[in-house]
Amino acid sequence: MTQAFIFYLLAGVTLLSGLMVISARNPVHSVLWLILAFVNAAGLFLVIGAEFLAMLLVIVYVGAVAVLFLFVVMMLDIDFARLRAGVARYLPLGILLGAVLLVEMFLVAGAWTSGAIAKGVRAAPRPEGLSNTQAIGTILYTDYVFVFQAAGMILLTAMVGAIVLTHRERAGVKRQDPARQAARTPVAAIAVVRPQVGAGVETGAGVQ
Amino acid sequence: MVAWFQSELGTGLGWFVAHLLLVLAIALPVMAVMAMSTWVDRKVWALMQLRKGPNVVGAFGLAQPFADGIKLFLKETIIPSGASRGVFLIAPMISFVLALVAWAVIPFDAGLVLADINVGLLYLFAVSSLGVYGIIMSGWASNSRYPFLGGLRSAAQMVSYEVSIGFILICVVLYASSFNLTDIVESQKGAILGVFSMNILNPLLLPMAVMFFISALAETNRPPFDLPEAEAELVAGYQTEYSSMAFALLMLGEYMNILLMCALASILFLGGYLPPVDWAPLYLVPGIVWLFLKLLFVFFLFAWVKASVPRYRYDQLMRLGWKLFLPISLFWVALVSGWLVFTGHFSGGGA
Repeated sequence: MTQAFIFYLLAGVTLLSGLMVISARNPVHSVLWLILAFVNAAGLFLVIGAEFLAMLLVIVYVGAVAVLFLFVVMMLDIDFARLRAGVARYLPLGILLGAVLLVEMFLVAGAWTSGAIAKGVRAAPRPEGLSNTQAIGTILYTDYVFVFQAAGMILLTAMVGAIVLTHRERAGVKRQDPARQAARTPVAAIAVVRPQVGAGVETGAGVQ
Repeated sequence: MVAWFQSELGTGLGWFVAHLLLVLAIALPVMAVMAMSTWVDRKVWALMQLRKGPNVVGAFGLAQPFADGIKLFLKETIIPSGASRGVFLIAPMISFVLALVAWAVIPFDAGLVLADINVGLLYLFAVSSLGVYGIIMSGWASNSRYPFLGGLRSAAQMVSYEVSIGFILICVVLYASSFNLTDIVESQKGAILGVFSMNILNPLLLPMAVMFFISALAETNRPPFDLPEAEAELVAGYQTEYSSMAFALLMLGEYMNILLMCALASILFLGGYLPPVDWAPLYLVPGIVWLFLKLLFVFFLFAWVKASVPRYRYDQLMRLGWKLFLPISLFWVALVSGWLVFTGHFSGGGA
């Protein structure tokens, strides 16, 4: 009973916050609702006993990805009026996409309850005496280690690509060289000059 | 205790009441310790600067935190007219609640832990990574320049140092072969030469302990990394527009996070509730006392750093996080795991 209650609570809040993501007037509020949806999804993982995935969802999505979202959205200067103007024009396309997704989800739900693969997965439970974390680690790093490595390489490529696309050399940038700064001594940095009265000091004379 | 309540009140209600009492039994002392920690903090700074510190309210100024609390409680809550009201009020609550829920998995003694879950360390990491929302939301919702800059700085800073903290935690987890905090503490029992129960004395983990301490300073926005609230440039950073209890909650959340990081450092590197030397008479002292002493020691280090180290520049902060800590901790994970495989640490059936 309690489990069902918690499930419906978490699922309800997830759906509600999902709805608020697309209907909130302020984009920052949208992102905050999205974060609430993430946290509730993590709660749903906990309800089915996948505590490792729940923690990863919170750490990776809520703790890192959503912070970057929030960071970017907060700094954007968004014109709400123009954002709203396109709604009517894109509504049919949106409804079409939603319908396609809905049909696909029903198909997936049907396959899950009846398909041979799904039954096979459920017939092979977690090995006895292994926690979730260890079971996932064993599968990921022994059975599927090459696929895992390939996924890592793809992510690395994406990261390098993003850096290459956005990086540009700018002229006239003064860079910090911490090693040089730390190695600077008073002898090298200070020059004691004794100028003649009224003669002044040449700019930069004796000073690095 | 849970069983007794369940027999008296039925399974569901008994469980609920028992856990409610357990939560209070942890939260209230934690809050009391947190209040007193502000006093310890101020006394330590004062002594280091040859001042007296709080000494008027109560003996040795011991009642100062409560006087401050009452003063804040009696003030008016001011919400700026341009602020986003909901977010502005929720932000301090998030900051406070998150700092409090993390204590659920801290083992105060062998078996003396509210939730002995097998992903305890990940839970702590997740909660501490959520802590950034309290700050970034309060910074944005204030709708004012200084808080906004403070919020942005803090978000970037906390995300940066979380990465290296993650790798440092993995090094300790590799030694303990578990994410459970009690297991991590127990794995340190007599681990060094069969005598000392402290990970920090392990030559491979000592650099990680130092890096963890520095990252913890950055993660909790403490000096020398307190740029989000650098008073010389940002007034009070993300707290600028807050007053009364909303401000108190932000402040309490901050101190509670500091205590949490101290507890985490004690558990990961100083042996948690174990006595420092694996010697029978020392076990007569309750584990919670050892944990408290270690926590106090790390807290003293935090105060010491604040009293003696000047603030970092922002680019230096980012350089330290991304260009030094991240590569070193990543390399160290490879080194530690290589060493453990080489010495056959995992041959005993661990996964």
